Amino acid sequence: MPWRLLKYGLKSSHNEPRFFPEAKPLKSHYDVVIIGGGGHGMACAYYLAKEHGITNVAVLEQGYIGGGNTGRNTTIVRSNYLTPEGVKFYDTSLNLFEDLADDFDLNIFYSTRGHFTLAHTDSAMRTMRWRAEVNKHHGIESEVVDRDFIAKEVPYMDLDCAGTHPVMGALYHAPGAVARHDAVAWGYARGAYNRGVEIHQKTRVTSIRTQGDKVTGVETDRGFISCNKVVSMVAGSTPRITSMLGLETPIEIFPLQACVSEPVKPFMDTIVVSGSLHVYVSQSSRGEMVMGASVDPSVLHSTRSSFNFVEGLTDQMIDLFPFMSRMKVMRQWAGMSDITPDFAPIMGKTPIDGFYLDAGWGTWGFKATPVSGKTMAWTLANDRNHELIEPFRLSRFTDFELVGEKGAASVGH
Amino acid sequence: MKVFDCPVIGPRPISEFDYIGEVRRPPMDADEPTWAAYVFNRQGAPGLLREWWYHRPTGRWYVMERDTLKDEVVRFIDLEEVRYDIPA
Repeated sequence: MPWRLLKYGLKSSHNEPRFFPEAKPLKSHYDVVIIGGGGHGMACAYYLAKEHGITNVAVLEQGYIGGGNTGRNTTIVRSNYLTPEGVKFYDTSLNLFEDLADDFDLNIFYSTRGHFTLAHTDSAMRTMRWRAEVNKHHGIESEVVDRDFIAKEVPYMDLDCAGTHPVMGALYHAPGAVARHDAVAWGYARGAYNRGVEIHQKTRVTSIRTQGDKVTGVETDRGFISCNKVVSMVAGSTPRITSMLGLETPIEIFPLQACVSEPVKPFMDTIVVSGSLHVYVSQSSRGEMVMGASVDPSVLHSTRSSFNFVEGLTDQMIDLFPFMSRMKVMRQWAGMSDITPDFAPIMGKTPIDGFYLDAGWGTWGFKATPVSGKTMAWTLANDRNHELIEPFRLSRFTDFELVGEKGAASVGH
Repeated sequence: MKVFDCPVIGPRPISEFDYIGEVRRPPMDADEPTWAAYVFNRQGAPGLLREWWYHRPTGRWYVMERDTLKDEVVRFIDLEEVRYDIPA
């Protein structure tokens, strides 16, 4: 046991400095109100303060920092998307991730692993080649690899999947990484707090006040706040916020479940995804196998988890990694995914003046944390959409200009 | 929810059903923004949702009203209620 911990345990009073000091009472006015204290909300607050000098900002969080989808994802960071818009956007994010620990002076456990998306069919191979070409065109390390390469890199995997659906090849993305999701939210939150942003946890927004088509403030369970700009960064709770304004969106909420096994010695240094088998897996720095699958089949506003999920997931997982049949599932949980029809986010300005959306993060939100914070901060400061998020604007649905990112979703949905 | 207590075929495991999605009525004669809203927008917020479910073993379609916060079917809807005429 470390000496410092022993001393700490024997002391009668514990006056360790808090990571986040207690919140002050709400002020009556802020320049910007951010709804949602997850990674995206905190990143937006951080970049507003750091890059645009806007510090009269309140982040309102109904629960606690990073307690929503930020703390529920499987922490994968990658940029091997299918559309040029998506590739540019997520690659900016990946590059930001690589410098975050220095920015924050906090270890975010960023670990570059290499990311395999397995193909079990001819049509999957075709999509992999397509993605690899789009990726390479944008300067991203991404290539189609054959069975021999996979066998060398992931020797403990059964490439024949017990003979039922043999692996034909894979899309290999060397920069694919994992990071500690809580630390990302905390790092952004501390950086924002140190620059003057106020973080109010356990503060729920109950309605948004407007005059004409203009936002004038938000009503919370701790009182009214006047403000000119409100940004909703609440992922699975987005429809609850947009319905306060009567704003229709294509977002539907589906639970996304994940689980971890008991911890074992480190053996897996890559991330393996199979779209056809609807599974993805990596090993955490604690040794747990972190596993996920596709979203639940029907709309549900709940974070309940189900036995069906574990049964379906492990069935496929054991085909890939037969030795895992001897491991136990330790924990399972779910998050609420805000799914869009084209599997791309909805970001930027809305028909309501002063109301901004950062939503539609479905199953792909964590990897976008830095870039969404940065581009939304720019959008709020300049009151026009940042060029990287222009393709993701809400009006793309009325303009019939969808982004079509479904083919690059980690697993088939 | 693990079992649908179906008024036609009795209680059946939910795994026998495919989820099709929200029941919507096309606007028929409308401008493009109205059509776009019909095609893409969804109810989204929690509450009662009318949705299509397809029972694979019998090949039969059902419309149910479900509470999407509690995951409970509130009632089965007669298909006559959601029927509409396609203009000639």
